Amino acid sequence: MTDHAVRVRGLRKSYRDTVAVDGLDLDIAVGEVRALLGPNGAGKTTTVEILEGHRSRDGGSVSVLGVDPARGGSSWRREIGIVLQATDDAGELTVAEMIRHVARYFPRPRGLDETLSLVGLESKRDSRIRRLSGGQRRRLDVALGIVGRPRLLFLDEPTTGFDPEARRQFWSTVRALDTTVLLTTHYLDEAEALADQVTVIAGGRVVAEGAPDTLGSRDVATVSWRDGREQTDDPAAVVARLTAAYGGPVPGLSVTRPSLEDVYLDLIGVPR
Amino acid sequence: MTTLSLGAARAGVELRSFWRERDAVVFTFALPAVLLTLLGSLFSGVYEGSTVTSAQYLVPSMIAAGVASTTFVNLGIGIATDRDNGTLKRLRGLPMPPLAYLMGKVLLVLAVTFAEVLLLLAIGMVLFDLPLPASAARWLTLGWVFALGVVACSLMGVAASALPRSARSAAAVLNLPYVVLGFISGIYYTPIGALPDWVIQLGSVFPLKWMAQGFRSAFLPDTVLPQEVVPSWEHGRTALVLAAWCIGGLVLCLMTFGRRSRQTS
Repeated sequence: MTDHAVRVRGLRKSYRDTVAVDGLDLDIAVGEVRALLGPNGAGKTTTVEILEGHRSRDGGSVSVLGVDPARGGSSWRREIGIVLQATDDAGELTVAEMIRHVARYFPRPRGLDETLSLVGLESKRDSRIRRLSGGQRRRLDVALGIVGRPRLLFLDEPTTGFDPEARRQFWSTVRALDTTVLLTTHYLDEAEALADQVTVIAGGRVVAEGAPDTLGSRDVATVSWRDGREQTDDPAAVVARLTAAYGGPVPGLSVTRPSLEDVYLDLIGVPR
Repeated sequence: MTTLSLGAARAGVELRSFWRERDAVVFTFALPAVLLTLLGSLFSGVYEGSTVTSAQYLVPSMIAAGVASTTFVNLGIGIATDRDNGTLKRLRGLPMPPLAYLMGKVLLVLAVTFAEVLLLLAIGMVLFDLPLPASAARWLTLGWVFALGVVACSLMGVAASALPRSARSAAAVLNLPYVVLGFISGIYYTPIGALPDWVIQLGSVFPLKWMAQGFRSAFLPDTVLPQEVVPSWEHGRTALVLAAWCIGGLVLCLMTFGRRSRQTS
């Protein structure tokens, strides 16, 4: 039990006549970066809000850092960092003022300089927050999420609206953190770049779970050539056998693995 | 970190944000001062049977309007903005007692309101020769009218913060009732006794009319009483109406604020 940062069993939540979360199980180990994937309306946000203690549940058991979020008080909140979806609060404060202010709520916060360098905002220390670019603003949000040295960090669609360079910078920021992370995202490359484990949710349930490179039999390759195709977990052996059989180049040879996107779209039932 | 020190930290952030936000300073702080200067310069004449000029009559009323602005308008816009831009959501995710947020707002309102009263008072004294309250009893009147007026208007502001649908519309939504109240409470149109009966009756329902009358009773001599709606300062009724708005405002607050924050959570 204690090596789990998050443990969820049979979580249920309905809004009037819609079932948002329908018997969801989730285990996140301490130190793990977990990505939660799923289409809009799959129940991602509801699940995360329940874990953050911002929403009540209808059924199931939830333990976040050993505490039921519905009863988590200030001492529990001090162990948790939340990076919300795009916000634009505190625009008139400077970056340093806002980080120092949020740090006051925590017993052993990171220092200002350490926090700034973790997110790469040293040069924006005295800028008004409303003057930051979208990417800088998100990195500030992460700074505010980690300044209290959380044991568990929630990242909700952190790179929506980023340009590719800003996303790479953001990813290296997250990789540098030494904490358990629950990340929700729409970007499969983001999950692949950051997550140790991926959980795919559809219709309020977990439809698949695993490491990004083995999720949904991604480790099975398809070898196809002019006269046939074969699924294998050792494509090199198949190609060697075919080469020997043809006595030279294999006509029309290709070896493919499904991308995470292929697997994901299959899992959530999108016809292709 | 105790609730008290976190409340003080919130107040620091609130005050800094307020003074740096030009919209807030212009709309809720400077507007009453500009109006007082303009209207006070336009009005002329001395009320019959007294030594009170129209400009002097205007000053206590404008102080009441200033208090309504820094409490009702300021809180209404401030909380609507906090809800819209994610401030409330961020604070809910932090190990912060909700009381600290409230304390921050209360200290902001008190600081800005004191500054507003001092500014308007200074304008009144320098430009229009308004004398300070003439006796300890009148200072006391100023004190209790101020306290009841601040509480009533603040609670109404918190309740009204549920009305605007976004931060952008908040200034418009809060300033409309504020300006209308200013007219029907006999603030901009002096003396109040010259307003049509139905306007006076409508204005008498709301706290601004009574706060203004209470401030006039603290600053102006009784010789100006014939200009009032009835030739009396009506202190008992003033206290009653303002106290009723404090209670009503609290009930409205609990109803609307609770509902709106649940909707957006």
